[in-house]
Amino acid sequence: MSPDLLKLIFGRLTFESLPLHEPIVVGTFAVVATGGLIMVAGLTYFRVWGYLWSEWFTSVDHKRIGIMYMILGIVMLLRGFADALMMRLQQALAFGGSEGYLNSHHYDQVFTAHGVIMIFFVAMPLVTGLMNFVVPLQIGARDVSFPFLNNFSFWMTVGGAVLVMASLFIGEFARTGWLAYPPLSNIGYSPDVGVDYYIWGLQVAGVGTTLSGINLICTIVKLRCPGMTMMRMPVFTWTALCTNVLIVASFPVLTVVLALLSLDRYVGTNFFTNDFGGSPMMYVNLIWIWGHPEVYILVLPAFGIFSEVTSTFSGKRLFGYTSMVYATVVITILSYLVWLHHFFTMGSGASVNSFFGITTMIISIPTGAKMFNWLFTMYRGRIRFELPMMWTIAFMLTFVLGGMTGVLLAVPPADFVLHNSLFLIAHFHNVIIGGVVFGAFAGIGYWFPKAFGFKLDPFWGKLSFWFWVTGFYLAFMPLYVLGLMGVTRRLRVFDDPSLQIWFIVAGIGAFLVFLGILSMLIQFAVSFLRREQLKDVTGDPWDARTLEWATSSPPPAYNFAFTPVVHDNDAWWDMKKRGYQRPLLGFKPIHMPSSTGTGIILAGLATAMGFGLIWYIWWLAAASFIAMLAVGIGHTFNYHRDFDIPADDVIRAEDARTKLLAGAK
Amino acid sequence: MTVAVNPTQTGEPVFYLADEHPHPEGYSTSLGFWIYLMSDCLIFAILFATFGVLGGNYAAGPAPKDLFELPLVAVNTSMLLLSSITYGFAMLTMQQNKIAQTQMWLAITGLFGAAFIGIELSEFAHMIHEGATPQRSAFLSAFFTLVGTHGLHVSCGLIWLVTLMVQVWKFGLIEANRRRLMCLSMFWHFLDVVWIGVFTFVYLLGVLR
Repeated sequence: MSPDLLKLIFGRLTFESLPLHEPIVVGTFAVVATGGLIMVAGLTYFRVWGYLWSEWFTSVDHKRIGIMYMILGIVMLLRGFADALMMRLQQALAFGGSEGYLNSHHYDQVFTAHGVIMIFFVAMPLVTGLMNFVVPLQIGARDVSFPFLNNFSFWMTVGGAVLVMASLFIGEFARTGWLAYPPLSNIGYSPDVGVDYYIWGLQVAGVGTTLSGINLICTIVKLRCPGMTMMRMPVFTWTALCTNVLIVASFPVLTVVLALLSLDRYVGTNFFTNDFGGSPMMYVNLIWIWGHPEVYILVLPAFGIFSEVTSTFSGKRLFGYTSMVYATVVITILSYLVWLHHFFTMGSGASVNSFFGITTMIISIPTGAKMFNWLFTMYRGRIRFELPMMWTIAFMLTFVLGGMTGVLLAVPPADFVLHNSLFLIAHFHNVIIGGVVFGAFAGIGYWFPKAFGFKLDPFWGKLSFWFWVTGFYLAFMPLYVLGLMGVTRRLRVFDDPSLQIWFIVAGIGAFLVFLGILSMLIQFAVSFLRREQLKDVTGDPWDARTLEWATSSPPPAYNFAFTPVVHDNDAWWDMKKRGYQRPLLGFKPIHMPSSTGTGIILAGLATAMGFGLIWYIWWLAAASFIAMLAVGIGHTFNYHRDFDIPADDVIRAEDARTKLLAGAK
Repeated sequence: MTVAVNPTQTGEPVFYLADEHPHPEGYSTSLGFWIYLMSDCLIFAILFATFGVLGGNYAAGPAPKDLFELPLVAVNTSMLLLSSITYGFAMLTMQQNKIAQTQMWLAITGLFGAAFIGIELSEFAHMIHEGATPQRSAFLSAFFTLVGTHGLHVSCGLIWLVTLMVQVWKFGLIEANRRRLMCLSMFWHFLDVVWIGVFTFVYLLGVLR
């Protein structure tokens, strides 16, 4: 075939695009491909594809979508953490003239992919998954406001993850750092596909995130059960509301800034170039106007989880509910007024830097108020040290430390010294691991029995907990020290041999975290095998306080046979205290949304379009775009999107629960 | 939702609704669409901010004074504003259940919208022909992107308009279609408001600068 024709069909994709010269990547591919083949073969052998398609992939049930988000987050955690281990190993080895084992081309991709994956495809899916699963149950709703949109959002997130993962084996990923600052990320300095994978991966996933934000705001505002006023909402629902407001108010900024970068790269405009009037610092400002709210998007739901867990396992009403709500709202607002602290060194002058330094320090006030609320909730409580509570306490200790180094970095003169040093790396891992990751694990441990009907195995959970916590401290405390000594981030080789010991300790820490992740996977497997012993028949295994524990574990598709009516903050606790009797008669058909395959099809087409744009395969991009339009418009011609669960099915499900409950007594 | 949540007459608290009515179809739609519009508004806000920062960086190339023809822009603006009025008429006739008239006003709206896009494209073509391309300077990059994004929105609105006309023709002014027409109406007026910002800040202030 002529080269012109090949180019027309495959764009810039050639055999040389496959990283066959990188033995590490080839090895990874072999492992992933073998694992994937075994999985596909297994699923085919046991004939579960049909079940997966009809019951999960096309499901609009918020609980199933939530669980799928969690699975995505955990799978991507393995990828993101593999990158972390590789970096730690490289930095521990590359001393005394040694180049380590990663060349710079590969190493730069590894640290970029690590950041992108951990934020967008681990932390975000875990947080979104928990919100999706829990919020409708907590507010006594049957589903979210827009169930089809929910399914579509999830698959768009998956589409973004697929693109980022594809970059590992087809072509390469960005070598720019996780925010892809220009001019480095512009076409002149990054002419290959790496940055394009970055852009389209995030754009596809970003559409999903924004839509899911709109969906959950509507759900919380419109679908609360009778009696649940705003100030009676569980704190997790409050933090979810604030987080989704942040999502809707910040992700469009990311969309625009990435679109402008794509115009620079594809069309040759001059937004972020060095010449023709472009301004790279414009990009840095814009991306942090999204980026700073983003960290609160991640951590606010974690704060909500800790609130639920602390109050449940202390057996007390949450201390200072109102102040907790206001603190959350204040953090939501302030998170927009601090973006410039990410680049005090830009040179915006003393007044501007002081403003952003002070607003940054002010955020520690509502956060501190929260911390004291949790402490006072525990004070004189009957604390049960179940796994979620252990994660909460580890969070409180770790997060306070990370918060304090954050206030230190908020002082502009100090920041001029510490900017882009390993001190900064230690700080944000300190708050993101200590806050978001511990929060997600507390949430997983807490709501797992609700989702699956059996608790997680405590032994492997505790093992994982201790590996994680000690591993975290060993991995990141040395980075604080190194940062204070002036070591900057993203270095591949080192000259000064006296630094090596700190990197070795950090490497050992990372290995302990690896054991922690391994223990967690074993914990899931062991819990599944022991599911009969760990079974939760009551639906309320922790003697908890909020509405999600009023229904069975796992909840039926319709969540509640009758919509609950709420009289108090801790609605379920109130019901238990006042002798609530579960209704056994009078069940009626329940109106529910129908499953649809449109979401996964649209997201698949969006992913194909992204792939076409990345590789300049214009026909593929155009064809997928037109197909998306056609499928999307076609979907609007379907006016019948709901069905009724017959009363008989409700009676059957509820009778089964009655029997279970009787057996439990 | 207004439901009695007070204790029953015997003093027993009510913990569940024995007789429940599902939320009507489209119960959350107008709120959801408003929130979507606000997120879209943020997209324009960032594009305006970018234009504000980079709009003076001509890179020794053409400036607004050399490029903008205000009479043409005035005609274009009136096309869009008129389309908003005619959409309003469509909504009024929709309220009176007059399908044919609704369709007619929608069609007129679409024609005005298409005229707007046509004039905008010819303006762009003219500028590019004169060498004022998006690549020429940061000012022109920001100009084409802001105005072009608005034009892209109007084009999407046109596709949506045609889709809805087909749906009204096939299924009549049923509740779902009225809701969809209402959403498009908000979208259309929103684009009008954005255009007033573009007209003022990009064209008028640009020529003054």
